Amino acid sequence: MTSANVDPAAAPKTAAWAGQAAAGRHRHGLARRLVPYGYLSPTMLLITVLMVVPIVMVIGYSFQDNVIVNKNPVFAGFANYAKVLTDADFLASLGNTAVFISVSTVAHLVLGLAFAMMLNTQLLGGITKAVFRIVYILPWLFTIAVIAVIWRLLFDPAGVVNYVLNTVGLLQEGVAWLGDPVTALWAVTFANIWSGYPFFMISLLAALQGISADLYEAAAMDGTNWFQRFVHVTLAQLRPVIVSMAVLDLIWTSQQFALIWMMTGGGPLNATEMLSTYTYKQAFSEYEFATASAAAVIVLLLTTALAFFYVRQQREQ
Amino acid sequence: MATTITGTRRTLAKVGVITGLVIGALFAGLPVVWMLSTSFKNNGEVFQNPPNLITESFSLDAYREILGNGAQLRFFLNSYIVAFAVTILTLLVAILAGYAFSRFRFPFQRTINAVIVSVQVVPPITLVIPYFGLVVALGLYNTYLGLILTHMVFTLPYAIIMITAYLNTLPRELDESVKIDGGTSWTALWRVLVPVSVPGLIAVGVYTFMISWNEYLFALTLTRTDDMRTVPIGIQLLMGQHSYEWNQMMAMSILGSIPVLLLFLLFQRRFIGGLTAGAVKA
Repeated sequence: MTSANVDPAAAPKTAAWAGQAAAGRHRHGLARRLVPYGYLSPTMLLITVLMVVPIVMVIGYSFQDNVIVNKNPVFAGFANYAKVLTDADFLASLGNTAVFISVSTVAHLVLGLAFAMMLNTQLLGGITKAVFRIVYILPWLFTIAVIAVIWRLLFDPAGVVNYVLNTVGLLQEGVAWLGDPVTALWAVTFANIWSGYPFFMISLLAALQGISADLYEAAAMDGTNWFQRFVHVTLAQLRPVIVSMAVLDLIWTSQQFALIWMMTGGGPLNATEMLSTYTYKQAFSEYEFATASAAAVIVLLLTTALAFFYVRQQREQ
Repeated sequence: MATTITGTRRTLAKVGVITGLVIGALFAGLPVVWMLSTSFKNNGEVFQNPPNLITESFSLDAYREILGNGAQLRFFLNSYIVAFAVTILTLLVAILAGYAFSRFRFPFQRTINAVIVSVQVVPPITLVIPYFGLVVALGLYNTYLGLILTHMVFTLPYAIIMITAYLNTLPRELDESVKIDGGTSWTALWRVLVPVSVPGLIAVGVYTFMISWNEYLFALTLTRTDDMRTVPIGIQLLMGQHSYEWNQMMAMSILGSIPVLLLFLLFQRRFIGGLTAGAVKA
């Protein structure tokens, strides 16, 4: 599935590299062994300052009485965690996030696969497919701020979505999609689906192109129909890509902040409050940095659980 | 597969696929077309019923408003400064790290690699609270440097993974010949490997630029004054100031999307190739 990726002229593939670290084998000693760490030092410095230290800090914050605001915070044990975990708003945001990420991921997968398969067809010419491919990738090229603004325009009570639904007779009256607690979560999920499927599509298209035509021919000779070939060849071959993309998407979607913040701000009545917007509000609207930190650590733990699953899945491949 | 499909069935399949492709294109493209169309309307026409896709009163006023406004242009300047700096710094740091991972074997290699890979899944919302404290303490609050450094936490891991994968595809004879001639690993990297890797580096650079250009949460939290805001925040500010100036919001959105659209169109093949290679190998 990576065959199309690297410029073949510039990058002839080498097989296993046997003579590892032949580099300067004639030199010896500590200096030589430190060379790779020298190359890595800017990265290690940045990762330490930008990730290791902040994570230690936020864990520290989460166990203290209100930090940042208070100059001399005191140890508070698990009080912040207890406060967050019994907060109805937090629990609502947990539920909303679960709906948002699961519906988004399934839709990303289904749309991404459908579009990738249509773009992979043998029935159409290369230029036609290239044009459609660019159109399908479009949503992915816009920043989330732009996507939020577009869908606010479209979902406006006087907007095009209502006009179209009225015209085809699916709706009698205009719906305030983002203003109604019943529809708001579905509306932001829809916008997220629109913005996120192209990444699936690209990866699945690359994977589809890596499936040998022989497999389809052999299956066809066995007298299978289209659907059987889809299940037993296409889906079976794509399974590893699908599973890892799905887990990554769950992780990324759970971290979505800008789209929600700019479309609804978590409202109306917490209907679209996510873990990310809840945490942000605790910190930068309420200035409750300690509870915000506790919420942030909980988000980190949930993500770590998903990531653990992802790594295990990658190893199995 | 084609051998089993007769002429009529082939035609039917083709009609089916084209219908599907067109429906998909409408889903993907119409919101973008609507954004474009709205940017050329006068504001009174935006929610006209029935809506017009092609406006009767075509005007570039919305664009003139944005481009003639120093505060709005400042958002663009800020985004360019930050995104270019992030791209250059990320490439420099990632080339060095990718080289270490690709050409050396050393203790703790797997551990360091695992830490770099895992950075990708750390939630930004978890980092933003300590960043706020850290950036303020370091005097980097409301500065370019604060944004540039913090953006690198997202761009660096991916760049390292992609560059390592790319360097792994280059034969070791290439750089080792330099060392046999008495050169150091440093000269082998910069004289031989980097020039040969330009296609891969472009893909990484484009991706890095996109991430930084689009970044929202840190840009929102780690800057305060309007003269330090980037385009995504600028779009939001426009929404707050003039709730009803939809044509200007769409014009600003289009102007703010042009750099990424251009980069993508220019480097499509390399970019998508590099990205799928990186994603799959990650």
